[in-house]
Amino acid sequence: MSAIQPADTSREMTGAEIVVQALIDQGVDTIFGYPGGAVLPIYDALFAEGRIKHILVRHEQAAVHAAEGYARSSGKVGVVLVTSGPGATNAVTGITDAMMDSIPLVVITGQVPTHLIGTDAFQECDTVGITRHCSKHNYLIKETARLASALHEAFYIARSGRPGPVVIDIPKDVQIMRGPYAAPTAAGHKTYKPQTKGDQTAIETAVEMLAAAERPILYTGGGVINSGPHATTLLRALAALTGAPVTSTLMGLGTMEHRHKQFLGMLGMHGSYEANMAMNRCDLMLCIGARFDDRVTGRLDAFSPHSKKIHIDIDRSSINKTVRVDLGIVGDVGSVLEDMLALWKARGHAAQDLEPWWADIAGWRARDCFGFKQQGPALLPQKAIQRLWEKTRDQAPIISTEVGQHQMWAAQHFGFDAPNKWLTSGGLGTMGYGLPAAIGAQLANPGALVIDIAGEASIQMNIQELGTATQYRLPVKIFIINNEYMGMVRQWQELNHGGRYSESYSDSLPDFVKLAEAYGWKGITINGPDDLDAGIDAMLAHDGPVVVDCRVTKLANCFPMIPSGAAHTDMMLEGEAPPTSEPDEDAKALV
Amino acid sequence: MKHAPSEKHTLSIIVDNESGVLARIVGLFSARGYNIDSLTVADVSTDHAVSRITIVTSGPPPVIDQIIAQLDRLVPVHRVLDLTELGPHVEREMALVKVAGTGDKRVEALRLADIFRARPVDTSTNSFVFEVSGSTEKVDQFIALMREVGLVEVARTGVVAIARGAEAA
Ligand SMILES: Cc1ncc(C[n+]2csc(CCOP(=O)(O)OP(=O)(O)O)c2C)c(N)n1
Ligand SMILES: [Mg+2]
Repeated sequence: MSAIQPADTSREMTGAEIVVQALIDQGVDTIFGYPGGAVLPIYDALFAEGRIKHILVRHEQAAVHAAEGYARSSGKVGVVLVTSGPGATNAVTGITDAMMDSIPLVVITGQVPTHLIGTDAFQECDTVGITRHCSKHNYLIKETARLASALHEAFYIARSGRPGPVVIDIPKDVQIMRGPYAAPTAAGHKTYKPQTKGDQTAIETAVEMLAAAERPILYTGGGVINSGPHATTLLRALAALTGAPVTSTLMGLGTMEHRHKQFLGMLGMHGSYEANMAMNRCDLMLCIGARFDDRVTGRLDAFSPHSKKIHIDIDRSSINKTVRVDLGIVGDVGSVLEDMLALWKARGHAAQDLEPWWADIAGWRARDCFGFKQQGPALLPQKAIQRLWEKTRDQAPIISTEVGQHQMWAAQHFGFDAPNKWLTSGGLGTMGYGLPAAIGAQLANPGALVIDIAGEASIQMNIQELGTATQYRLPVKIFIINNEYMGMVRQWQELNHGGRYSESYSDSLPDFVKLAEAYGWKGITINGPDDLDAGIDAMLAHDGPVVVDCRVTKLANCFPMIPSGAAHTDMMLEGEAPPTSEPDEDAKALV
Repeated sequence: MKHAPSEKHTLSIIVDNESGVLARIVGLFSARGYNIDSLTVADVSTDHAVSRITIVTSGPPPVIDQIIAQLDRLVPVHRVLDLTELGPHVEREMALVKVAGTGDKRVEALRLADIFRARPVDTSTNSFVFEVSGSTEKVDQFIALMREVGLVEVARTGVVAIARGAEAA
């Protein structure tokens, strides 16, 4: 390795100092990381650096989820710093999660020195090779001179167009060597310039189609949130002008006030009956920043058979990927909605008479698809979440979740009235997401009430992060819907595999209260309906972190549900007889 | 959507000439299950900053659209041209074809090579290496004929293509 060169100009710094300076110039004040040999120079540059708060997690996967929670709840780019080899591979799940859910992150990984790359050196792994297809973009920086521009580019790429994670792999010698530093410029990137403004002719056509529709529906997704708070305002304005019903994907919850009379709730596999029926029967579907995920469409050949479809998306590859649409508009949701609204007003359109359409919807709503009936003495999970919402709604809490039934019940029974309040792993469905995401969200929103609605199985996947919250005095709450099963797996086994509960029982659970106490948290148990309100109150009354072990009935299923391989119109509702026979192989093969 | 008849398309992809860019593109094809019939890549700018990748792929039209959209969103991709869709363009490929034989076979090989404007670029008393270029069909045909006169082995470049006319596409 060549010797460290002395600084000859004031703009020369070590690679490690360049990293820190670039973060500061990008407005970063918090990063999530874990040290190791290949990033020690950067950790040295961070030592006593007052402008950047480093949050030491207990596992690199959690660093990435925490950065995701930070990013989603604040609209900023999340930043991660991990070492080479196992540090980088541990981060891969989080990076993939951010990729699937379009979360802007910059992930800095250490690498072995350049002269050792390719020799199977200690803690070497091909980080750019491993992350090439689970990141939006990645870099291996072989010269310190390239470092500053690559870091600035990474921030630009992470947040522009469809956001996503960008990985920068920095060999240790590049961190030690000196090189020039330049502040960020407005250029962003020399060629990567995603189109944000929609095509005007297409927008005109869209407005005419919308104005002429008799059974329109706005199908909205996470793109509305990613576009910024302005897009939520515009969406609400468009809903008001058109009078059309609105449904949202799991990722888009909060963009419409959940109690708004035009809001039909979430759609898809565990969405509302009215939302799915309206999607099926509409004559015009305006998809705004959603991507026709298989959890949303159900059986494709039966998906909304009689509608004209318009799709607004910043990612051209999302348009016509699985569902052919009649009109695609590539652009930023906020920009396109603004143009649509202006045009709608300029042309003097009035809302159509949608009475007959709303009458149909009222019929579907009357099924009360999220209704549940107390049976027996045990606490119903739906009830627990509903009470949690009722008791916290005034504080507009930020809710994260793990993955499973509790996640779907939270989506169904917790009401969201604003964007950036609902943090859930939608695309990848990563158990272990919720606790670190809550930690990240709490750091971005110090005064906010942040609750991870968890399952007893999922919470164990990143349980070590209890220590992180303790260290930084973060008053995060974990509300475990403890059904002693990997409930979602058990439900599928009940419905698709003859009730053979293969390996889905949560055996040997820890005593969550003692576990909480061991980490300096408060622990509370809710044993049944009678404890529920007091338990929630006690959780809210404690100003530090709290684990609530909320014991619920064990065998509840999450309804409504579109079974595998079925159409929107074949939804199963609570209390309806489950299918008597096992589904055929094709249906079973669907996940 | 996958049931429409498959079409062959020649894509020209202009990319940053940086390490990993080829892996990114090839990986995209394998990860998403798209076909690569042939692929060529070379640096095409004076400052070595930009490469042109030519890919011949096949699939139903919606899949071709999706391939183009997926390529287009990669950060180091400047632009993707569907030459098949854009219209008149030239496609060429080159092959080096080794044949061995003596007597009549040798004479016949030379005669056929002449008809195909294939040039011998290496000769020994009992073998030739021919250089042949042209459309994929022409190269295929030449190789098929050479089989009958003693084909030993073949190396092909895969298709390179460019739009006709004065303008850069
Ligand atoms: C990392 C990971 N492994 C496996 C799965 C598959 N999976 C989905 S839900 C689930 C069960 C979750 O159980 P729990 O956290 O108790 O939630 P519940 O469904 O009981 O509410 C499993 C194993 C997953 N989503 N993520
Ligand atoms: Mg469970």
